Amino acid sequence: MSTFFADIEAFVATIPDGAKLAIPPDYSGVALAATRALVRRNIRGLHLIAVPQAGLQADVLIGAGCVATLEAAGINLGEYGLAPRFTAAVLAGSIVMRDATCPAIHAGLQAAEKGIPFLPLRGILGSDLLRVRPDWRVIDNPFGINDPIVLIPAIRPDIALFHARVADRHGNVWVGVRRELMLMAHASAKTYVTVETVQTDNLLADPALAAGTIPALYIDAIQHAPGGMRPLGFEDETAHYASLANYASLAQTDAGFMDWLRTWLA
Amino acid sequence: MSMPAYTNEELMASVMARLLRGLRHVAVGALSPLPATAALLAGALDPSLRVTILGARAHQCFTDGGRELFDCAAQGRIDAFFLSGVQIDGNANINLVGLGDYAHPVRRFPGSFGSAYLYHLIPKVILFRQEHTPRIFVPKVDFISAAGTSPAHEYRPGGPRHLVTGRAEFAFAEGRFQLVSVHGDETVASVRAATGFDFLSPETVPMTSAPSAAELVALRGYARTQVQEIYPAFAAHAFGG
Repeated sequence: MSTFFADIEAFVATIPDGAKLAIPPDYSGVALAATRALVRRNIRGLHLIAVPQAGLQADVLIGAGCVATLEAAGINLGEYGLAPRFTAAVLAGSIVMRDATCPAIHAGLQAAEKGIPFLPLRGILGSDLLRVRPDWRVIDNPFGINDPIVLIPAIRPDIALFHARVADRHGNVWVGVRRELMLMAHASAKTYVTVETVQTDNLLADPALAAGTIPALYIDAIQHAPGGMRPLGFEDETAHYASLANYASLAQTDAGFMDWLRTWLA
Repeated sequence: MSMPAYTNEELMASVMARLLRGLRHVAVGALSPLPATAALLAGALDPSLRVTILGARAHQCFTDGGRELFDCAAQGRIDAFFLSGVQIDGNANINLVGLGDYAHPVRRFPGSFGSAYLYHLIPKVILFRQEHTPRIFVPKVDFISAAGTSPAHEYRPGGPRHLVTGRAEFAFAEGRFQLVSVHGDETVASVRAATGFDFLSPETVPMTSAPSAAELVALRGYARTQVQEIYPAFAAHAFGG
């Protein structure tokens, strides 16, 4: 059942070093205020799983030295181009990169959600991803003839961390059509959510809202954090473009990134 | 030689839009301003074409999260998609990962995204890349994000069918690119000089048809307005008039 935290430092305190942490893409609900608290407390050795891609959040965590392993189909800053700290870390060999393709990450999480060891997935054959991902296997479709198909092992994150519009006092969280967040919650051992607002009315009592609600069954920790996704845009809130452009420019160098980080953490 | 009355982006978008004629559903991935422009143009000229643009709430209907596009593609519900690459080779292999050895790359790019999957499943994949130089169009990519061709026994309803660049349009069939038309002042020889792989071509090819008046109106009206919402920086320079 969900625990409500009173401050974001206490909320992230129970995310351990080395956690396998699932994070959503920039177009979904990115928990940036919680990420800042994680960097402040100097978390180390994270195994980040981008579902299925990430941007600013992953780049900052990598630049701040919090990440040991990254599994992603792609990392960039959207219109602001390459993710500079990610790029530098891969070139320096300072993180272990597990390249993937978007539907493979979804399939791995879906396998975990079903409690099964793998899911088969079409495509991918002939890609060098199969060479650099020896954990992905190719078998002959047992229901066909001479029909190779890729198997993706289950991905079971320790913790899913994301930002959402609203939680209720019962610990249910509404994500609407952002159902990759629901998939992350189903697949992960624990789910930590920051929310814009907390309401008294039970989200599950309204059928229109219940369809887009993650029940408290899957939610472990909730933190009220209005604006918890800034400077990224959230739903109808516009992204802080100037702030993102500033990051993209400063983070080109180690020194520039450290300057940005000091300001962000202050 | 007078200045053309349209931009290179407008020409590419109209070529790409023509390739969508008669289809039911085209999808456009994230960070694809030129394909988004082409799809919006095609949709403006043919209201029966469903246009899905990821990352643009006004142009997508999905309600089942990030996986829905991929499930849709695997079921054959998407007719066309666009892919690009930091390298593209003569077998239509595309590289979105990096340059040099994978373990010790000299350049790193964002990653393969959905390419390794969608390339096999969507019937008409249109490759696009405005920069047409030998560093992009290479004899062999350093990393195959998604393979251009597959052995005959592999399940593959989809794959590359066209390539549109800033200089020319190609078709891809039976494992080879064939030059279809060249833009503006380009020639078969100039396109060959800019391409690092061999391709089929007659001695001369037609010049790519310029955007029609109707295409330009839709491009600079509806398409530009919609693209501005998603890609303001692109919209600021890509449209003429």
